[in-house]
Amino acid sequence: MADRTLAPHSPAEAHKGGKPPLLEVRNLQVEFPTRRGLLKAVRDVSFSLQEGEILGVVGESGAGKSLTGTAVIGLLEPPGRIGGGEILLNGRRIDNLPYAQMRRIRGKEIGMVFQDPLTSLNPLYTVGQQLIETIRTHTDLSEARARARALELLADVGIPAPERRIDQYPHQFSGGMRQRVVIALALCVNPKLVIADEPTTALDVSIQAQIIKVLKRLCHEHGAAVMLITHDMGVIAETADRVAVMYAGRLVEIGPVREVVKNPRHPYTRGLMGSIPVIGHDQERLNQIEGSMPRLTEIPSGCPFHPRCPEVFERCPRERPDLLPAGPSQAACWLYDPEEPRGAGHG
Amino acid sequence: MLAFIVRRVLQSIIVMLVVALVSFSLFNFVGDPINNMVGQETTQQQREQLREELGLNDPFAVQFARFVGNAVQGNFGISYRLARPVDVVIAERLPATLELAFVSALFALVVGVATGVYTALNRSGIISRVIMTISLIGVSLPTFLIGILLIWVFAVQLQWLPSFGRGDVVDLGGWRTGFLTSSGLKALILPAITLGLFQLTLIMRLVRAEMLEVLRTDYIKFARARGLPDRAINFGHALKNTLVPVITITGLQLGSIIAFSIITETVFQWPGVGLLFINAIQFVDIPLMAAYLVLIALFFVVINLLVDLLYYAVDPRLRFDASTARGH
Repeated sequence: MADRTLAPHSPAEAHKGGKPPLLEVRNLQVEFPTRRGLLKAVRDVSFSLQEGEILGVVGESGAGKSLTGTAVIGLLEPPGRIGGGEILLNGRRIDNLPYAQMRRIRGKEIGMVFQDPLTSLNPLYTVGQQLIETIRTHTDLSEARARARALELLADVGIPAPERRIDQYPHQFSGGMRQRVVIALALCVNPKLVIADEPTTALDVSIQAQIIKVLKRLCHEHGAAVMLITHDMGVIAETADRVAVMYAGRLVEIGPVREVVKNPRHPYTRGLMGSIPVIGHDQERLNQIEGSMPRLTEIPSGCPFHPRCPEVFERCPRERPDLLPAGPSQAACWLYDPEEPRGAGHG
Repeated sequence: MLAFIVRRVLQSIIVMLVVALVSFSLFNFVGDPINNMVGQETTQQQREQLREELGLNDPFAVQFARFVGNAVQGNFGISYRLARPVDVVIAERLPATLELAFVSALFALVVGVATGVYTALNRSGIISRVIMTISLIGVSLPTFLIGILLIWVFAVQLQWLPSFGRGDVVDLGGWRTGFLTSSGLKALILPAITLGLFQLTLIMRLVRAEMLEVLRTDYIKFARARGLPDRAINFGHALKNTLVPVITITGLQLGSIIAFSIITETVFQWPGVGLLFINAIQFVDIPLMAAYLVLIALFFVVINLLVDLLYYAVDPRLRFDASTARGH
């Protein structure tokens, strides 16, 4: 643990003396070696997560939010790899663990919920078999006790008549019911952290709210923290305690959910919030941010958002801002540099 | 389920009738059968009389119905060449072919699945690359060449194994088996490898491709995210999902192994039905050829039926109709 105290920019400094945060990600880099050089899909991402906290991670497709989640649970698909940085779970470094040790952390300490419930379950096994297998992998419960636990879990996630449903196959469940089963599987041995990667994107709008409710309630009951990855601001606003906004592989803003939604600091976040239509306002066109997110091969110099930023000034293309304090939030924008005369940091 | 089986059986009967029609028409393709039976001096009147007696003047449909009726009872007439009932001749030869086919199919399946899984899991390993290269040779070399090469190496140069025949056989109530004597087992090795090699490479490549496909699916990722051990993921979750296509191909291949054992049986002088068929062709032994055709078609149809039933055992999605799926 000596390296922890040496890390100069460690956000853990803030928690000195107290308990380490449940999850701490420091300067995470995710990269893909390709024929045309190294693609850096996630750059310098740092954040931490307290026990029981729900952190929403938002961003467009390709912003690196899913890769960040996948890197935390150690399931990046080769050739993708962690190119730098550290991931700590309860103060213990897990990004460099050997495969066999990491396997024991997966499912037991970190659970994961995937996007598509229709393809997340193995079609050839009953949901009971899949639950019991997972429970027995991480505990030494007997077959009968594991089955009892599985029944309990199915009831917990709101599946009616679990005694009958437990011996059915995934294709006999609807999408929403399957996502409930997936949540039961992710939570079956009480992990302290759940990574939910777009858990509602593939579902009907009417089902989405139910699933989020189940996820939120269960994580609260089990005391699990959630890293909720989504591009649905509505889901984030209702569920999360804090929000992290990602753009082109970087964290551009992180802060309490009310602040980020009501009072976004980074121009990108403002654009993102401004593009959500408001019921009751007559609008000819939806607001949008001009241009599109750059490709990983063509990330602009300085602040990666500067070509699309309405408030760009001469410093932006030259230097890249780190996360700077902006009210109760932090934003990676020169507007919040106290030394910047144009900056809102003065205001 | 029952409706499905009935439907498949009906389809199979139609297939068998079509094949019977083809094999029946063989008799008419090779000239007037009366000419083949009688001498030069037979008068036209005698010919007509014989024709009438043999029922050759009956309408086509009646003749065909008679053929099918006899075939169902296993009666395919008398072999021209051997002058013995065709069904008896085939029944004598069938055990040799079935034993050879069974052993080579087992060899192809076991080795094929094992190497397929191995090469899929260690995609870039050196051993995998060597196996993949060798399999390319297995696919591209013709069967007779493989057989001759094996004979040259193991029978001629090393003299470990016999180059032809079945060795000693034991008669088990009409079924003559080579499984019970050491010379019979030794004699099986080379022909079984020759016959199974192509199927082996096919199964291996299929298993490999399917495994790679399945390993990319979400449910495998989710299984990893739940921390299940690799062995459970690879064999319990991934391999089982590759089985449906593998069963299909293996089933079809088993049919071809029986049907196309002709070449291997010729190379190794294996006393099975394939060799019998080749000889029948050389002597234009029509009854034997017709019976062989029907028999092979029967094997294919039965194997296909079994394959369809196996799907049900493997894939629960087929066991329930959409109407019984409950959900909302």
